[in-house]
Amino acid sequence: MHQHQAFEPHLLEVAGLHVEFRTRDGVAKVLNGVDYHVDAGETLAVLGESGSGKSVTANTVMGILQTPPGAVTGGSVRYRGEDLLTASPERRRDLRGENIAMIFQDALSALNPVFTVGFQIGEQLRTRRGMSRRDAEKRAVELLDQVGIPAARQRVRDHPHQFSGGMRQRVMIAMSLALDPDVLIADEPTTALDVTVQAQIMDLLAEIQAERHMGLILITHDLGVVAEVADRIAVMYAGRIVENADVHSLYANPCHPYTRALLESIPRVDTKGTELRAIKGLPPNLARIPPGCPFHPRCSMAVDLCREVVPPLADLPGPRSSACLFANELVGS
Amino acid sequence: MTESILEVEDLVKHFPVQHGIVFKRTVGHVRAVDGVSFDLRRGETLGVVGESGCGKSTLAQVLMRLEPPTSGRVRFHGEDVFPKRGRALQALRRSIQIVLQDPYTSLNPRMTVGDIVGEPFEIHPEVAPKGDRRRKVQELLDVVGLNPEHINRYPHQFSGGQRQRIGIARALALRPEVIICDEPVSALDVSIQAQVMNLLGDLQREFGLSYIFIAHDLSVVRHLSDRVAVMYLGKIVEIGTEDEIYNRPSHPYTQALLSAVPVPDPRVRAARKRIRLTGDVPSPVNPPSGCRFRTRCWKATDICAEEEPALLTRAGGHHRSACHHAEEQHLLPG
Repeated sequence: MHQHQAFEPHLLEVAGLHVEFRTRDGVAKVLNGVDYHVDAGETLAVLGESGSGKSVTANTVMGILQTPPGAVTGGSVRYRGEDLLTASPERRRDLRGENIAMIFQDALSALNPVFTVGFQIGEQLRTRRGMSRRDAEKRAVELLDQVGIPAARQRVRDHPHQFSGGMRQRVMIAMSLALDPDVLIADEPTTALDVTVQAQIMDLLAEIQAERHMGLILITHDLGVVAEVADRIAVMYAGRIVENADVHSLYANPCHPYTRALLESIPRVDTKGTELRAIKGLPPNLARIPPGCPFHPRCSMAVDLCREVVPPLADLPGPRSSACLFANELVGS
Repeated sequence: MTESILEVEDLVKHFPVQHGIVFKRTVGHVRAVDGVSFDLRRGETLGVVGESGCGKSTLAQVLMRLEPPTSGRVRFHGEDVFPKRGRALQALRRSIQIVLQDPYTSLNPRMTVGDIVGEPFEIHPEVAPKGDRRRKVQELLDVVGLNPEHINRYPHQFSGGQRQRIGIARALALRPEVIICDEPVSALDVSIQAQVMNLLGDLQREFGLSYIFIAHDLSVVRHLSDRVAVMYLGKIVEIGTEDEIYNRPSHPYTQALLSAVPVPDPRVRAARKRIRLTGDVPSPVNPPSGCRFRTRCWKATDICAEEEPALLTRAGGHHRSACHHAEEQHLLPG
């Protein structure tokens, strides 16, 4: 069984991905070897702070990275074993929406304000499936209904501004589902929403993912959201995955000093009235990433070796890995 | 010991909704803050939580006297603040300062940090004589953890967390007694957020400040607050100590809000009972009759539509709650 799985390609796999941005201040090395994969029916959370490269990775996977200023300088993105970075633009367009779909953080700017939501959801069905206007609208109503928009039949002819923030995010989810993709990338889907609405949207995403047996890549900076929905987590820092683990092991025993520090820096019940254990300093400037481990200037465990060697993402016991020279010492501590 | 330094009584702020270009007529009011009362004691932090549109920021604006109130009273050290004009108002402004949410837009990009932090001294020269200002500004930068040598830099040369520190230094310049923090950490990354929260805690202890801490992140508010007020559609629905609100909430809205907060611990996710609220917050132009939460409440009965529940301590409870069916719910810690 295990043997068999080893040969089966992952649903989506990113390997050694390097992306640079050419800016006025020099070349910003935004991605420096990102590796992650997601399988059907699984939720992978990509966790990281702003500038860690979560969204750039997602945009590269989708083929919507702005080039220039961005440029892919190495690595591969495979969908069911097929390399997307070398595929023709036509092939990529075919896959986009049809096989891999994406939803964005800010639904208001992701939707076109001058068309009705029904028109926008149906657009893909008309152009890609050759549906008639009427059929596409009918299907749009069904989709809106599935994502929990009340009175979908009336609302299908409304414009984006007539919806509240949470409802707009539902519209975008409906749009991403129109062509029945098997990978869904959700880039901070609830960051702009209030906590009660966030809970509704996360429930909806989890439901849809389970129902359709999709691979869901959830990009977020929220340690709470991750703990609630993810199966596996990839933690990003300065354009690399620094730790990869299933959700339970990661929270119970983080094996990278950055993950550990991140979990310690959030306020909890028992931190009340005490100093939070903040991470000192700032994330590095991506045009001038420090040599060695990019986290070493902020790390409490750093030694001289950390300034020289870039630690590889090495396997640890259990299906997990960490890019720290001292990861083995952190296991079980 | 716990004297009140700020007392807010039945504060109301309505914004007119107008139609027409030349001849404007008012077609309704956005009832942003609609009868809010609380008091703030010396050296304490009062957290104000609520979802967007509940009136938390308008409350801050009115308390700062940036917006005139529609009605109601605010007393600072027992003195009414709204009738104050001229010199008396200027003295008041020294005592109540604000830290704003967005460190990118709340600092003038054409001014150096020294000018930004020193500007309050231009208006209140009695705090720092002219020759002394540069030194004062450098002291302030040092207090908030910035390098005093960076006094001539511009805001764009700082990161988000550092800019928020500049905003805090500016608020501290006049040695205020009250600082209103309007979402001071919500634009910051998790690792930076903790630094700024620690700073706010240190400054409070050092200068005996009182904070009104407005935020939508319930765990941030919990960490810093002594007491917490929960707002919904322009009203306080529940107010109590941090322990009362987080461990024994009695208003259904507070209970739902707390149950919706994701807990950063995967072990509890199966065991948690989540109260699912349906629908969105109603429009503050035309809020529901009676209790404003009744349209989304699972406990709502006829009385909720007819009679507006007052904010008071109810039978069996220990803190004030604006619900006809208030019932303390004991939540598991976590």
